Amino acid sequence: MNLSLGPLLYYWSRDDVFAFYNEAKTWSVARVYLGESVCSRRHLLRLPDWLALAEQLAAAGKEVVLSTQTLIESESDLKTLRRLVSDGRFLVEANEWGAVRLLSGAGAPFVAGSTLNIYNPETLGVLAELGARRWLPPVEMSHATLVSLLEQAPDGVETEVFAYGRLPLAYSARCFTARHYNLPKDDCQFRCLDHPDGLALATREGEPFLTLNGIQTQSAGVYTLIGELPALRDLGVASLRLSPQSRHMERVVDAFQSALAGEVGATERLVRVMPGPAVDGYWHGRAGLEHSAVRQA
Amino acid sequence: MPLDLICPAGSLVSLKAAIDHGADAVYMGFRDNTNARAFPGLNFDEAQAAEGLRYAHDRGRKVLLALNTYPQPDTWARWTDAVDRAAKLGMDAVILADAGLMRYATRRHPQLRLHLSVQGSATSYEAVNFYREHFGIQRAVLPRVLSLPQVENVVQHTDVEIELFGFGGLCVMVEGRCLLSSYCTGESPNSAGVCSPAKAVQWTDTPAGLESRLNGVLLDRYGRHEKAGYPTLCKGRFEVGGDTYYAIEEPTSLNTLDLLPEMLKMGVAAIKIEGRQRSPAYVAQVTKVWRAAIDAVKKNADGFKPAPAWQAELNKLSEGQSHTLGAYYRPWK
Repeated sequence: MNLSLGPLLYYWSRDDVFAFYNEAKTWSVARVYLGESVCSRRHLLRLPDWLALAEQLAAAGKEVVLSTQTLIESESDLKTLRRLVSDGRFLVEANEWGAVRLLSGAGAPFVAGSTLNIYNPETLGVLAELGARRWLPPVEMSHATLVSLLEQAPDGVETEVFAYGRLPLAYSARCFTARHYNLPKDDCQFRCLDHPDGLALATREGEPFLTLNGIQTQSAGVYTLIGELPALRDLGVASLRLSPQSRHMERVVDAFQSALAGEVGATERLVRVMPGPAVDGYWHGRAGLEHSAVRQA
Repeated sequence: MPLDLICPAGSLVSLKAAIDHGADAVYMGFRDNTNARAFPGLNFDEAQAAEGLRYAHDRGRKVLLALNTYPQPDTWARWTDAVDRAAKLGMDAVILADAGLMRYATRRHPQLRLHLSVQGSATSYEAVNFYREHFGIQRAVLPRVLSLPQVENVVQHTDVEIELFGFGGLCVMVEGRCLLSSYCTGESPNSAGVCSPAKAVQWTDTPAGLESRLNGVLLDRYGRHEKAGYPTLCKGRFEVGGDTYYAIEEPTSLNTLDLLPEMLKMGVAAIKIEGRQRSPAYVAQVTKVWRAAIDAVKKNADGFKPAPAWQAELNKLSEGQSHTLGAYYRPWK
């Protein structure tokens, strides 16, 4: 079981993005997902920039995967998607079915992302036949359901599980960050840049609940499966996805790496650098915002 | 025939109300979590479905069956049984979201007409055409996220008929890509067929006002003169950066009567009315207005103007007594 660095879900300055991935070259992750998967208006890095980063990370020994945009709305979104697919140098993560069509049409192997909604072995089978080499369950899938699914899973498809970070929960045509600032989406003034870990949404009694990230809504709680590594290993899960945060990402990776190596104290070290409360309800078949006591890794 | 009117049937009484008031087709679900309105007391058993089909077919109308949740591994057979029953009953189409289930339907019942559910989250013609090529879908229902020009772009690049939501509850998120309900309650439309389920709702009268909670999470607090609506998670008031407001969406309904001429001209095949959970009286009233409006726009698209009486009637029925054009109108975004 190894570690994947998920795609950057927030909007950071160009310098911050390059600095982040420059550091990531030295982290103990086997693969890095790159690209803008949330909002087409975020353009500080264009595809050639992502491809340049991809070359650098590949040269540093990382497997590189390019993540496609999850919500495709316009012809220009499709153009970007086609350019990304036709580059052909790197594996691509398909986050909606238009990307699946283009990738399978090109005969390219791909990663089937969690928003393809693979809830059963039959759908996973469809994607495997079309060229999926790795897949991610929906983030709401429980351990018990994943066990049932994998019992009948087709051969030759690796499983990657979202194991750390704020949960991507929903996508909309509306931008909730722009809405917060009373700005129209088309003139959002790129306010997401001011919120490198999203914009916190709390209930009227001050309980952290969700995180607004442009058109994406995330959990406020930080999903953490560091206490579930034995169960994940038993399932034959090939990789764990760690979702980028703006600070201390290296320490997140280190905590997971030492937990994988069986070292003690990894969970405590992780908890210290988490940007919110730990949640793991989904894994236990409960409401996502619930959490069991984070167990010792 | 363009601009078919597709109305919700949560019960046999609603089905008859929709047919009697001019629906071209109704859509229904079986009485379990194989559809995205798996509410207690709603939907059809097999005998009722057969009676509904008879009622509709005798009057030259159609019945579509929503099987638009995502089958779970342990209960896969529940969904395939539902497809088998739909074929046996003679449903005019099944509305599916899951690719694995579509493959099953294509192989087992090649004559069964397939529609791609809004829960399938197809927002581009590439995605729509994927389902066409692999499973032969005849129609796709688009999520309520595209602007009208974006809808037109989809219509122009596919042979698949396009169905749009015209009226009713407004999902602000891409359908099929929203897990807010399960994050809060453990149950989502995708896996359980419910959003913000009633069993998780709690109302409490407090000195600060009437509070609505979902699985303990405070969604809103109403002042004495505020009207409280059903606590759908995305329509609560929350705190962001020190402001308390409808951070995601107001309690409002979608109403696209104004857009009918454009929808007709761009070749939209059907207009869907949301609301299988609504009363037969609601279904009757909404169907009646939309029938009149669609007939009027087909007669004279250029001169079409929604009658004030239609809008007044629909506003009375709308959530929060207000309506919006939603994403079809770009500034909404």
